[in-house]
Amino acid sequence: MRRYKGLTIFSVIVFSFLIIPLVIIVVTAFGTEKTIAFPIKGFTFSWFQVALSSKSFKNAFFLSFKVAMIATLMALLIGIPAAYALSRYSLKGKKLLKSFFLSPTIVPGIVVGYSLFLFIVIKLKMPVFEGLLLGHFLVVLPYVIRVVGGALEQFDFSIEEVAWSLGCNKWLAFFKIVLPNISSGIISSFLLAFINSFNNIPVSMFLTGPGIVTLPNTLMSYVEYNYDPTVSAISVMLMLATIIIMFIVEKTLGISALAK
Amino acid sequence: MSYVDLNEITVSYDGKHNILEGLNLKIEKGELVSLLGPSGCGKTTTLRVVAGYIQPRSGDLMVNDQNYTKIPVHKRNFGIVFQSYALFPHLTVGENVAFGLKMKKEDKKVIEKKVDNMLETCGLSEYKNRYPKQLSGGQRQRVALARALVIEPNLLLLDEPLSNLDAKLRIQMRVEIKRLQKKLGITTIFVTHDQEECFSISDRVAVMNNGIIEQYDTPENIYAKPKTEFVARFIGFENFIDVERKEDHLFGSQGVSFRVDDVPEYDVKKMTIRPDDIEIVKTPVPENGISGQVAVRTFLGKSYQYEVQSDFGSLIVNGSDSDVYETGDQIHMVLPSHKIVLV
Ligand SMILES: Nc1ncnc2c1ncn2[C@@H]1O[C@H](COP(=O)(O)OP(=O)(O)O)[C@@H](O)[C@H]1O
Ligand SMILES: [Mg+2]
Repeated sequence: MRRYKGLTIFSVIVFSFLIIPLVIIVVTAFGTEKTIAFPIKGFTFSWFQVALSSKSFKNAFFLSFKVAMIATLMALLIGIPAAYALSRYSLKGKKLLKSFFLSPTIVPGIVVGYSLFLFIVIKLKMPVFEGLLLGHFLVVLPYVIRVVGGALEQFDFSIEEVAWSLGCNKWLAFFKIVLPNISSGIISSFLLAFINSFNNIPVSMFLTGPGIVTLPNTLMSYVEYNYDPTVSAISVMLMLATIIIMFIVEKTLGISALAK
Repeated sequence: MSYVDLNEITVSYDGKHNILEGLNLKIEKGELVSLLGPSGCGKTTTLRVVAGYIQPRSGDLMVNDQNYTKIPVHKRNFGIVFQSYALFPHLTVGENVAFGLKMKKEDKKVIEKKVDNMLETCGLSEYKNRYPKQLSGGQRQRVALARALVIEPNLLLLDEPLSNLDAKLRIQMRVEIKRLQKKLGITTIFVTHDQEECFSISDRVAVMNNGIIEQYDTPENIYAKPKTEFVARFIGFENFIDVERKEDHLFGSQGVSFRVDDVPEYDVKKMTIRPDDIEIVKTPVPENGISGQVAVRTFLGKSYQYEVQSDFGSLIVNGSDSDVYETGDQIHMVLPSHKIVLV
């Protein structure tokens, strides 16, 4: 028991380190002072009003949402068949491909951002929005391939083969039999990819342009010149949104589905 | 022409060496034929060629006078049961069984009726709304079978369907499979590595080794008259002794002649006999007699098995329960002429 006691104390300390900053942000969002202060002297919702009425924040939010959504959907569209092909067929250089898809999760974001900048902006000279979208797509694609690939690893392909024998062609069998059985993997990869895109700073930093700035980058530059609790208020709203999404996922699938 | 005809089928996975080497197999309508052989001999590969999952390098598959070699799996209408059952995890038992009929776009009412009938036949009616993971192994097995049978397949393919079940259920299920197969008259290929299972269920057995069929015969003939050493060993023959032909029914080894009743047409190199068929006798016998010394004794349950050192090498003999011998004892044996098999 003694050993466990030490472990418990350790866990509590680590957990506190993680949770205390969040608590402070939540509290400061309701402070009446013009600059962020903790503890707060009075209570107000006005920073939320400021945040919600700010045109640049609103635009940045919708841009980030749009980019994250489209990039993620594109990544699913390409990534699911790619993951399927990787686990279904014995391809030459399969190992190499797999580690290639792992690489963006290891290479520092700033390096990925810079290389995408050279490729998308300098080489391809793409318009800003399309370039941003392509960058995010490339960043989140490996997550989809890896998570969906993991789900497919658990899938017994003889199930699919039986479906063929029952008169189902390969396309139909993929949609009717394979997809429903890897749905939890697809949902996890969707969330992972969406959150990664929505949070991404280093890649967006290189790919944004006039009037097209994502929410995290907008917050960054806002914080550089302002020290009021608006950013806290936005953070609280984002946290709330995340909690609601997680709650819905938990209620419909169970959080264990994500851990799978 | 036979209902099913595999003609010179050659298969290679890597494009270099062949797993099946010019395999031939003919099956009559309504027959249940087993592919029997050790693990890795190519049974599953053969079945997958018939199912259409593997394209042979060369050779043809004819079914009902139609060339199926290039017809895709989903147009063959063959029922398949895998060892893992491969039930659709996200569908109920009823939906699993209905799947093939829905794919054929049959009328809803007809589907309902056929599914209910099939579930009834397989003793599954009460499990219709359960999911596969809520079933026992035997029940899953039945669902897999029902799902394959309900489409009224031209051919039923079973790949070691019973090997995940416990011994008692296995025997029960093989009787069940045989009953359904005969009742519905479906031509069936049954893959197994278990000879007892195979003998009990099959009309004919194809014993496979290294991608070829060594012998294709009735279970009775395979059991009593194996044609090659491989087949003989696989079905329990021991005591292989090199022989030369002396006269019509006399075969010599080490200067001794043995009488053999059943002499095949082809050249033979060895004679063999099951450990059960060698008789231990009290006094030396002039014809087909061998003497030797007990080297190892093993308890088998109903009696002892002896490893006997003789002039013909070491022989494996199953003793009767009346007389028991000790290690080192000198014993006399007879190889009955009607039990010796030449290969
Ligand atoms: N997908 C595959 N790729 C390469 N070799 C295979 C594949 N499947 C089977 N083999 C090889 O083919 C041989 C026959 O296998 P299989 O038909 O599964 O035998 P069995 O069913 O009789 O145990 C084995 O040597 C096996 O290693
Ligand atoms: Mg096999």
